Amino acid sequence: MVTDSDWLRWIPLLPLASAAASGILLGLFRRPLGRGATVVLSCGSVLVSFLLSLLALWHLIALPVGKRLLVDRVAPWIGAGSFSAEISLALDPVSAIMILLVSGVGFLIHVYSIGYMDDDHREDKGFQRFFCYLNLFTFSMLTLVLADNLLLMFLGWEGVGLCSYLLIGFWFSDRWNAYCGAKAFIVNRIGDFGFLIGIFLLFTAIAGVLPAERANEAVVFRGIEAAFPLIAEKTVQLPHWLGFLPGAPEWKLATLIGLCFFVGAAGKSAQIPLYVWLPDAMAGPTPVSALIHAATMVTAGVYMVCRLSFLYDAAPGASAVIAWTGGITALLAATIALVQTDIKKVLAYSTVSQLGYMFLAAGCGGYTAAMFHLLTHGFFKALLFLGAGAVILALHHEQNIDKMGGLTRYIPWWRPTHLCFLVGVLAIVGTPPLSGFFSKDEVLLAAWTAERVPGHTWLWAMGVATAGLTAFYMFRLHFRVFFGESRIAASLRGHIQEATSTVTLPLVVLAVLATVAGFAGLPQVYGDMLGISSSNSLANFQAPVLAGASAHEVSHATELRLALVAVGFALAGALTACLLYLWRPGLPERLAASLSGPYRLLVDRYRVDELYDRAIVRPLVSFSESVLYRGIDAGLIDGVAVMGTARTVQRLAAQGLKYAQSGLTQSYLVLMLAGATLVVGYLLG
Amino acid sequence: MVIPLEHVIGLSAILFAIGTIGALTRRNLVVILMSIELMLNAVNLSFVAFARAWGDTLGHVFVLMVITVAAAEVAVGLGIVISLFRNRDSVNVEDVSLLRW
Amino acid sequence: MSFAAAVFYVLALLAVVSALGMVLNVRNTIAGAMSLVVTMIALAGIYVVLDAHLVAVLQIMVYAGAILVLFLFVVMLLNLRSDEFSPSRSRLVKLAGVALGVWALGSFLALLPGALPKVVEIPADFGSYRQVGLSLYRTYDVAFEVTSFILLAAIVGAVVLAKRRLS
Repeated sequence: MVTDSDWLRWIPLLPLASAAASGILLGLFRRPLGRGATVVLSCGSVLVSFLLSLLALWHLIALPVGKRLLVDRVAPWIGAGSFSAEISLALDPVSAIMILLVSGVGFLIHVYSIGYMDDDHREDKGFQRFFCYLNLFTFSMLTLVLADNLLLMFLGWEGVGLCSYLLIGFWFSDRWNAYCGAKAFIVNRIGDFGFLIGIFLLFTAIAGVLPAERANEAVVFRGIEAAFPLIAEKTVQLPHWLGFLPGAPEWKLATLIGLCFFVGAAGKSAQIPLYVWLPDAMAGPTPVSALIHAATMVTAGVYMVCRLSFLYDAAPGASAVIAWTGGITALLAATIALVQTDIKKVLAYSTVSQLGYMFLAAGCGGYTAAMFHLLTHGFFKALLFLGAGAVILALHHEQNIDKMGGLTRYIPWWRPTHLCFLVGVLAIVGTPPLSGFFSKDEVLLAAWTAERVPGHTWLWAMGVATAGLTAFYMFRLHFRVFFGESRIAASLRGHIQEATSTVTLPLVVLAVLATVAGFAGLPQVYGDMLGISSSNSLANFQAPVLAGASAHEVSHATELRLALVAVGFALAGALTACLLYLWRPGLPERLAASLSGPYRLLVDRYRVDELYDRAIVRPLVSFSESVLYRGIDAGLIDGVAVMGTARTVQRLAAQGLKYAQSGLTQSYLVLMLAGATLVVGYLLG
Repeated sequence: MVIPLEHVIGLSAILFAIGTIGALTRRNLVVILMSIELMLNAVNLSFVAFARAWGDTLGHVFVLMVITVAAAEVAVGLGIVISLFRNRDSVNVEDVSLLRW
Repeated sequence: MSFAAAVFYVLALLAVVSALGMVLNVRNTIAGAMSLVVTMIALAGIYVVLDAHLVAVLQIMVYAGAILVLFLFVVMLLNLRSDEFSPSRSRLVKLAGVALGVWALGSFLALLPGALPKVVEIPADFGSYRQVGLSLYRTYDVAFEVTSFILLAAIVGAVVLAKRRLS
């Protein structure tokens, strides 16, 4: 069933080695490596990881269909009593695609960062530190994806959270950046708590049905999947105070576990209610936003849900929650993106929205669709972020689109900065035949056919509406930045210059990928049109691993009709954007003024951050300060335990013991004799 | 052994007690030292008695050690007494209680 | 009672009386020192009765003849005349101390007979210089060497302590 391999470990280990080398040299020995060496070391290690991933994929394809699994048992890890876990990596079709995405896009972003970080106007360029963190992130993400057991996956999960913190708050001398980094980490942690509870529940349940000597398999994915049918129908009794929940008082255990894991996924992948960290994470450098918050880390939640697809298949309640959360998040984030003025914030909310699509698909049972959208989104979102970075560089770190416009007058439209950004916009909007079109349609199809999820047609409608809104705000962004009259500050106009080739080359590569990647997962309806027999190679490749992946139950005609509706909405959105921002530029202000209530609500992002601040953050901080700090820490521990014991001892000594030191020889003699007598008496008696 | 062992040990105990009383109650440093000598002698008597009881000359050897140490101790002790007298003009043990709280 | 036993009891009484004489004598320190000499000599006699001949001789030579002479030197040098007993802190404490001491001594002496080992036969020349010498220089030679260090320390210490400052 399983093929052993011993070189799989180098895929995550090479970036780790590079990060360790540059980190230790810089941190411990305080010797910077020099620009060239840093670049070669860090970019080189990721490149080799990518090549090894390709090799791994090739090996995997060579294996027969049911047996596509490479396992590398690296080392024993935890041994506590009868429990043991190993560091072992496993490659199956799903993780093969993920590692290609992570290392490939990661490599492109590493190259991009050479040019981007060089332009850093702060004194401490932090070049080596940046690449060290990027490599560390790559290692963590690869570990997460390749992990064979839940514990190692959690290690990678935490690792990407940590690197996210380090990279968002990279320019930490500005307190705001440090705050954003901390916010990301803390919100992630809340999700991680759910993840942990899920791991514990799952382990306890599975280990309970396995014989004792095989109990350790309960933490390995293959073991869980194999033993899962034994607990698939188990139920738990909810306590009465939870009686208001639907389906109470008896819930399926799988649903409970699935919800716990979803809390973790919601934290990591920025779904409601834990999405608030992602827009603020834009405080980090743009390559960070591209890598972590577009292509890789935020997709970890989706990956995890797909990994546990067998669990969610048996938990319709949890799947429904995921689907609805995804749908609502997608729509909500799209509405917020309509009115944002920071180029990166628009893209951030767009990411939240697209992640909502992925969860929508996963919740509706379309795991292959979710993975497909994950892949294409990785390409075009990274492309959009890197393109935005190129624009920011060209305008000397201006990020407000109200101060951009008419950029094509200074950088010609056929140059990569504009052209690649346009490709990205077209891809995310879902223009056929770019990749976004196919993947979005797969997602919407999954929603349309999900009989298990109550109200799935409404979900489909929300998805289509979101597609329309996406088209609107993306074209709005594009027009505001590149076309129309130029609102660029006069002082900048003479110095606008496109960035270097290290910046533009990754853009071109990503644009090509965003264009053609769709054909890897071409739905059969189009395959038939082109005369390809089994065109959805991605889905076929991943189908044996993901549950619920099957041929569509709808006719080709319905599929085409649904696709047409989606394209129609997208076209409507694009045309509205053209109207508002190209042909009648004064219209947006008049609309904003007349609809000022809703407009302000959207600009304030539904005041969710303020709500959290008032309801959770401030009470927690004041409780911590007054009770935990002043009361317990300073008062009880410092005052009573530490100082109190010291004062008691001092009082005992000063007012009691010191009188024994009388200085009189004969008193001492008496005490000595008494003591000697006692000792002799004890020895004799 | 012509005398019962208990009587000899009893004598040793009484002499030791007398020496202790002297060390604890007298105020003259020299007398205190002499009392300590008396205590050492009492112990020597014990050693000799047990050596005789067991026929082991270890007791006698130990007595020699005790005498040696007593001699050394007296030499140094009296040297201290002389220095003390030179500085304070007194050999009263209650006058040398500076090392106190 | 044999002659040796009688000698023992007489000498024992003498020792105790002179010891008391040393401890209780406050008016005349020199008299006290001389009392102690008598005690030493009585003890030497007792050692003879107990077949510890070498030790007896050494007792007189070293203890009575050197150490107590040293005491007398110092007493005369410092011109120490009379002394007092410590002022009574409290009669009750003194009374309690005496009672405790008497009780302790009494119970010790009462318990004694059951605790002692059996007496064995001894060879003829037990306690002579030959036997003690063989024991000292063969079996316990290390201890013997170490005492030389003790004496060296004592000599150096005494010289350093008694030196006058060169001022």
